[in-house]
Amino acid sequence: MLKRGIRDGIPIALGYFSVSFSFGILAVANGFSVLETLLISITNLTSAGQFAGITVMATMGSFIEMAVTQFVINLRYSLMAISLSQKVDSKFTGIYRAILGVGITDEIFAVAMGNRNEVSRRYFLGLMTLPYLGWSFGTLAGAVCGNVLPKIVCDSLGIALYGMFIAIVVPDMKKDMKKVIVVFTAIAISCILYYIPLFKFVSSGFAVIISAIAASLVGAYLSVKDKKTQTDSHTKVQNLGENIDGNI
Amino acid sequence: METYDFILFLKYLAVMAGVTYLIRALPFIVFRKKIENAFISAFLDYIPYAVLAAMTVPAIFYSTASVPASVAGFVVAVILAYREKSLIVTSLCASAAVFIVLLF
Repeated sequence: MLKRGIRDGIPIALGYFSVSFSFGILAVANGFSVLETLLISITNLTSAGQFAGITVMATMGSFIEMAVTQFVINLRYSLMAISLSQKVDSKFTGIYRAILGVGITDEIFAVAMGNRNEVSRRYFLGLMTLPYLGWSFGTLAGAVCGNVLPKIVCDSLGIALYGMFIAIVVPDMKKDMKKVIVVFTAIAISCILYYIPLFKFVSSGFAVIISAIAASLVGAYLSVKDKKTQTDSHTKVQNLGENIDGNI
Repeated sequence: METYDFILFLKYLAVMAGVTYLIRALPFIVFRKKIENAFISAFLDYIPYAVLAAMTVPAIFYSTASVPASVAGFVVAVILAYREKSLIVTSLCASAAVFIVLLF
């Protein structure tokens, strides 16, 4: 289980290395030392939150501002944590959740949830290990050679994080029409909040939360409606004396 | 940095890491029972996809020095993801596409 988790974590770790590499470059460019940059990554393990965090520090924002920024940007992790709590096996309890909960990130969560089976402690520990190391060492590497690399390379790496998100979402959309609807709903709302001046007051962190909740509500509604029709047709088919899988 | 600055940095870091940790761990620890409600569990299933989609569009178009370069990276990523290439291949090819467009 541990081994399988480690193996599943390899692609995430490679992706994290390149993303945190760009974080390292950016932090050093903002006046943080290599040690400070590394400390941020090993204690936070969150891309969007860290990018926002160094901005607050660089502009000498208040501690309240720091707390609220992190709360808003990372609130999605609460939803993921609740979601993951439904998927873990019976041994994955209290103290293990307190320790391994550190590993709840967008990608680790997505891979864990993509499994057919329940998620065990050993699998989740294996899954988060390499990404954590990739995130830390990528940050260190970026911070150390950030000043050496040409700007065009740093710029190109700016898209790496989003490329990874796309690689997670798109393949699953092929299997489930409802996911397609959910994804496009989320994108539509996110674009409305971004481009319409009326919504300028909505911060990017809040925009993600609003879009995600609204789109997932749509998906949940469709899914519940779908199940009802399936059950109805299932009963009818059974009445005809045939045996059919309700999933179709 | 000077010692004073480093101590201030550590205070910021404590707030940042503390909030980030609690927001993940607390709900994870508190929710023990399986959620039976079909609507809520479907809702939670869709959350990661919705979050990633909303985080990506439109932010991805402004993630590099130029919008056309970002669009090129976006298109390459979607095509490769559709063909089910791995996370790292998709993400590095998107970076490569951006790099090529930025060169010209």
